[in-house]
Amino acid sequence: MNAYKLQPSELSSLIESIRHDNYKIIGPRVKDGAIVYDDIDSLNDLPIGITDEQDAGQYRLLKRDDNAIFGYNVGPHSWKKFLFPPFTKLFSVRKEGKSISVDTPTDTSPEKLAFIGVRSCELSAILIQDQVFSSTQFSNTEYRSRRNNIFIVAVNCTKSGKTCFCSSMKTGPRARFGYDLLLTEVIDRNQHFFVMEVGSEHGSKIATALNFKEATDSEIQLSIDLVEKTAEKMGRSLDTRGLAEALSANLEDAYWDDVAKRCLTCANCTLVCPTCFCWTVEDVTSLDGKTAERWKKWDSCFTMSFAKVAGGNFRPSPKSRYRQWLTHKLSSWVEQFGTYGCVGCGRCITWCPVGIDITKEAKAVLKVETKKTNGG
Amino acid sequence: MQTQDLSILLRKHPFIADLEEEFLKTLLGCASNALFHEGSYLFHEGETASTFYLIRTGRVALELSAGQRGKIRIQTIGPGDVLGWSWLISPYRWHFDGYAVEDVHAFAIDATCLRTKCENDHHFGYEMLKRFSEVLEQRLNATRLQLLDIYSVSAK
Amino acid sequence: MMEPAIIPNQPNLDPMIPVPATVRRIVWETDDTFTLFLEPPLFDGMPFSFEPGQFNMLYAFGTGEAAISISSDPGKPGSLAHTIHRVGTVTSSFSKLKRGEMIGLRGPFGRSWPMKQAEGMDVCIVAGGIGLAPLRPVIYSILKHRKKFARLTLLYGARTPLDLLYRVELEQWNKHDDFEVLITVDRSDSSWKGHIGVVTNLLSYIKLDARSTIAMVCGPEIMMKYTVEELKRRGLSSEQIYISMERNMKCGIGICGHCQYGPKFVCKDGPVFRLPEVEHLIDKKEV
Repeated sequence: MNAYKLQPSELSSLIESIRHDNYKIIGPRVKDGAIVYDDIDSLNDLPIGITDEQDAGQYRLLKRDDNAIFGYNVGPHSWKKFLFPPFTKLFSVRKEGKSISVDTPTDTSPEKLAFIGVRSCELSAILIQDQVFSSTQFSNTEYRSRRNNIFIVAVNCTKSGKTCFCSSMKTGPRARFGYDLLLTEVIDRNQHFFVMEVGSEHGSKIATALNFKEATDSEIQLSIDLVEKTAEKMGRSLDTRGLAEALSANLEDAYWDDVAKRCLTCANCTLVCPTCFCWTVEDVTSLDGKTAERWKKWDSCFTMSFAKVAGGNFRPSPKSRYRQWLTHKLSSWVEQFGTYGCVGCGRCITWCPVGIDITKEAKAVLKVETKKTNGG
Repeated sequence: MQTQDLSILLRKHPFIADLEEEFLKTLLGCASNALFHEGSYLFHEGETASTFYLIRTGRVALELSAGQRGKIRIQTIGPGDVLGWSWLISPYRWHFDGYAVEDVHAFAIDATCLRTKCENDHHFGYEMLKRFSEVLEQRLNATRLQLLDIYSVSAK
Repeated sequence: MMEPAIIPNQPNLDPMIPVPATVRRIVWETDDTFTLFLEPPLFDGMPFSFEPGQFNMLYAFGTGEAAISISSDPGKPGSLAHTIHRVGTVTSSFSKLKRGEMIGLRGPFGRSWPMKQAEGMDVCIVAGGIGLAPLRPVIYSILKHRKKFARLTLLYGARTPLDLLYRVELEQWNKHDDFEVLITVDRSDSSWKGHIGVVTNLLSYIKLDARSTIAMVCGPEIMMKYTVEELKRRGLSSEQIYISMERNMKCGIGICGHCQYGPKFVCKDGPVFRLPEVEHLIDKKEV
């Protein structure tokens, strides 16, 4: 394998070079006690020497005893906030007498964004959303044009969190495709460098122009070993064999009452989940009634109004809404899109205020199914 | 001749369809032809239910008089249906008016005759009860659906 | 097997942007249901076209959108009608429209009734309430090409005689020798000489050749459920039965998640489903 070796300072040059190519740099930084994705002006904005400690319903940042630049996992933000923004205008309408005319947004060329520090699970999530948003037989130019203007610098995880289970979902920790450049951070008492692989022509162009050193075979091997070790130390696991079938076969089991007692339907999980794609429309009118706008905004199947129709509601109970989310993520998604909707990033576990653990809940349903088939 | 004809015709009615030949003969003993002209009443609410009918053609509307609301029709019974089960349950009185919306051809089964035969032959009686239970269940389900008012605002 | 949606020949418009459509007139069918007639919008000079069973997302300026089945004749490109039940803010908005006013239109969307599958077969149409609206285009199409189909039956139920839709047409259809029309109401006063009772009862008054019938059913979910039970009791297999479902819709094109019914997107995999596709979900509550 061909790879480059970068010193931490050279990472700065890399970022500047991408910025020079007219990309706005987005990356992880500390804000309000969490690592979020936001504008990055320089390498120093990154959470250097910071790590995160996560568990069910728990998240906090701690200082590391080294200067690792990517020594943490994922926070409450996911990259979907840039590719599938929480709030976008679809069109505006003008009313003149009896007639109406529709204006589509004129600014159709979205910003060029460079994502720095995309984890393997997140890459999978991006690819999953790519698939979702191109699943309609109609064009979806809005998403496509935004997506085509993204440059991705991915990062292999060399540490796993307590809520991580990407290995189980086969989405990491090693990134396999979908990136322009891929970094693996090697840091110990004696050394600190990055092994960088190229994943696209664009990535290659940027890399070659910067004249980085080539990584040696042993350096490359070191980076591979680090990631493999991480794969073995996942915080959680989920056996997906027969999972989709088990979920769809047990929609009415008493198990759902149990989780319904705990779930607050607060929708946190859907907000932090990198693959959740539900959205709704909001119509607003000007005070003089002459213009109206239609906005597209994130929605969640946990809200009471999600399944509401005039004069009724298809899913009034919290139980049915939790069941909808879990069965969609780990069962229906397979029929709809050919993969699981879950990438094992663990965010829903971390950010659930009552600590509901998707791996535990899935296991509970698998147990119900096993009991059934064993004549229990 | 009459009895032979009747038995062939009776066989065609869904209520009788696969009834054992022996039981059909028993039932035949209580059966006769009936014709009601459009606009006439087969029976009135409160009257003794001395007959039940297996409708061949035509339509009977079950009516209730509801004070100032006038007459309300809650169900029609048509070809192939069974009309009346009050004959089975004491005090054997009709709960509705039965109004012939069209000319009605039916088999009239004498209730007293049939009740006696059921008492005398429990096998026959059980067969009758089984069939009537089916009718009752169907009717109950249909009535429940009507109760749900499925076409009102909160539905489709 | 699964019938793919037939997408009429329309240029590649952004499906989230409505096209303005002008109101021709509104005809009240009952005291809370009306049919909205629109000037069919032109797409690049081509008239709007659709398949029976498809729906449009109709936009009321500043208020919002509603998914409404198209209820006009697909063989008449000069006409475009939607029968609407006035039941919320958006539909109330539509009910007040005047000739010449404009609304927004997106569509047509969704999978259609199995017209090709039904050719050469007996077609049994069972409609409840406003469920007759998305089935009317089927009736028009069959009557237009009557010889392509065998026996045609319509079983239609409504709440009361005053709630019957398309009364004039029902009478006309009843006059056809080769079209059996049975109508029932849930309740009535003594002025109604027809059937009274649930629409499933009507099935017992018709002959059904179980091997050669295609059934198309539309109405409240519970009515469809009981109708399906009765059709199967009469010997139809699940593969011969098609139903049309309804769910909360926002985008209409399968990417906003709202209309999911189990793994199915009602706007994209439906609204017409062949029964085996959704049979296992019908009995489950709040799916």
